[in-house]
Amino acid sequence: MQSEKIVEIDNLSKQFKEVKAVDGLSLSVYRGDVFGFLGPNGAGKSTTIRMLLSLVVPTEGEIKLFGRSLKKNRVSILKNIGAIVEKPDFYGYLSAYKNLEILGRLSQTDVSKKRIMEVLEFVGLEKRYKSKVKTFSHGMNQRLGLAQALLHDPDLIILDEPTTGLDPQGMKEIRELIIHLSKNEDKTILLSSHILSEVEIVATRMIILNKGKKVVEGGVDELLNRDELKVTVEAENASDTERIIKESKWSDKLSSIANNKMVFTLRQNEISELNKYLVDKGINVNALIPTRSLEGYFLEITDKES
Amino acid sequence: MLTLVQIELYKIFKKWRTYIGFIAIAIIVVIIQTAISYEGSRTLNSATRGLQDSFVFVGNLLNGYFVSNIILNSLYVHIPFLITLVAGDLMAGEASAGTYRVLITRPVTRFSIVTAKFIAGVIYTAILIIWLAMLSLGLGTILFGSGELISLQSNAIVVFASNDVLWRFLLAYGFAIVSMSVVTVIAFFFSSLVENSIGPIITTMAIIIIFIIISHIDVSAFQTIKPYLFTNYMDGWKSFFNKPLDYSSMWDSLLVLGIHIFGLYGLTLFLFKRKDILT
Repeated sequence: MQSEKIVEIDNLSKQFKEVKAVDGLSLSVYRGDVFGFLGPNGAGKSTTIRMLLSLVVPTEGEIKLFGRSLKKNRVSILKNIGAIVEKPDFYGYLSAYKNLEILGRLSQTDVSKKRIMEVLEFVGLEKRYKSKVKTFSHGMNQRLGLAQALLHDPDLIILDEPTTGLDPQGMKEIRELIIHLSKNEDKTILLSSHILSEVEIVATRMIILNKGKKVVEGGVDELLNRDELKVTVEAENASDTERIIKESKWSDKLSSIANNKMVFTLRQNEISELNKYLVDKGINVNALIPTRSLEGYFLEITDKES
Repeated sequence: MLTLVQIELYKIFKKWRTYIGFIAIAIIVVIIQTAISYEGSRTLNSATRGLQDSFVFVGNLLNGYFVSNIILNSLYVHIPFLITLVAGDLMAGEASAGTYRVLITRPVTRFSIVTAKFIAGVIYTAILIIWLAMLSLGLGTILFGSGELISLQSNAIVVFASNDVLWRFLLAYGFAIVSMSVVTVIAFFFSSLVENSIGPIITTMAIIIIFIIISHIDVSAFQTIKPYLFTNYMDGWKSFFNKPLDYSSMWDSLLVLGIHIFGLYGLTLFLFKRKDILT
């Protein structure tokens, strides 16, 4: 049984002069979801997020958040949303603390000094709380962006490319933070990212957009069929290998052949089995490369659409 | 709303550009006061030369009131420019810094954001004029003393008794706040349309200069549009140094300026409520 709908978008469109950035989009995000928002550049992800946050006015369609119309209840709804929209920007001439204090006062909730220091500590900026934001690196800005999104303890957190500009350690920390917020604090998270592995690790449900339209929406496990992997096999003597495979039970698992590389759809335990089979047949296997499943799925879906 | 206005004022007064106006006014006032202290007697003598045969001028005529009255003339171009430095940045500054994204995603209405910025802009303008008053009138009186005010007008010289001057200055500065608020709201309006503050500053100044030129050119084709130019009413503060006071003309000026202020504020609000934030 699905839980409460936190985000409900119905037939949403946005026309910018000649360009239709979002075209009849409908989707639902449920309480507790970590909802991955995927799509190539220009797919309409940012425009949709901006409409969700009332930065952009929809041309048509309806947005409901927490079961209420955003158009009619904007202020009360936004009290319960924290967001990073693309690159987080702040008042550079003010300190990190002062920026958060101002945003806290605008949040219409009781954001105490203690809470401000708590979130700064949470994102690792507690030692720089007095520094002017204009002295911050991009990564530090990104962390401060996360701090302002969490400041008023919202139920729905919208993160648009939250790891952009972060080092690998920072990216890992953000991933862990998203998982922590979802599992331990019961937050609903809408995560837009270009880093597919990031979405694959943290998301429970996802949508793929292309050219402003929904291509697919559903549970990550269900859509990716995580039991199966795409495995690219590189072997010496490609023509012999191809012949041997085609004469065996493995031909059913063969998805494609290109440039002397064969791509199989295999279960995890079948990878070593295939390797053994080829070696037993006297084929020197140079590499068995499992393709990241979301990446493959994403490319397959968006290529098909294009 | 009060919180938002406080925040806007805090942001305004945390920016270096805000203090350019205060420093520039201090410099303008000090330069004028220094010049008058050296050349003031000659100016006064040349202005009253035609009357010296018929009247005897006694007392301290080169006083703080006289100096302050001259400085008020800077309201035409200098002060508007200083106002646009801040007012032109009120909205465009948020767009260029990308801070609209964090501001508008907070639970505040766009009406509140625009109104708070507008009020903060008008308060900044008022503070700037009060600063001008403090320096020109306050410092002028300390340096030059007080006395009767000689007001040099196009076709007359009016002398006000020293006890009849201060209230006129207070009302003149009050009127100046209203007239300069028109400049504020013009820059504010343009600021809401663009993403950097240079455009609104230049556009506002261009409008003021063009309107002033049109107001002062005696061409019949311009006569019909002159009553609609706000620059025609900006120097309404001069009316307070007329005898007798023409209240009807003052109220008319205030009405025209008020229509400009609230009309442009309303237009800014109307457009901003529908604006897509893409920066």
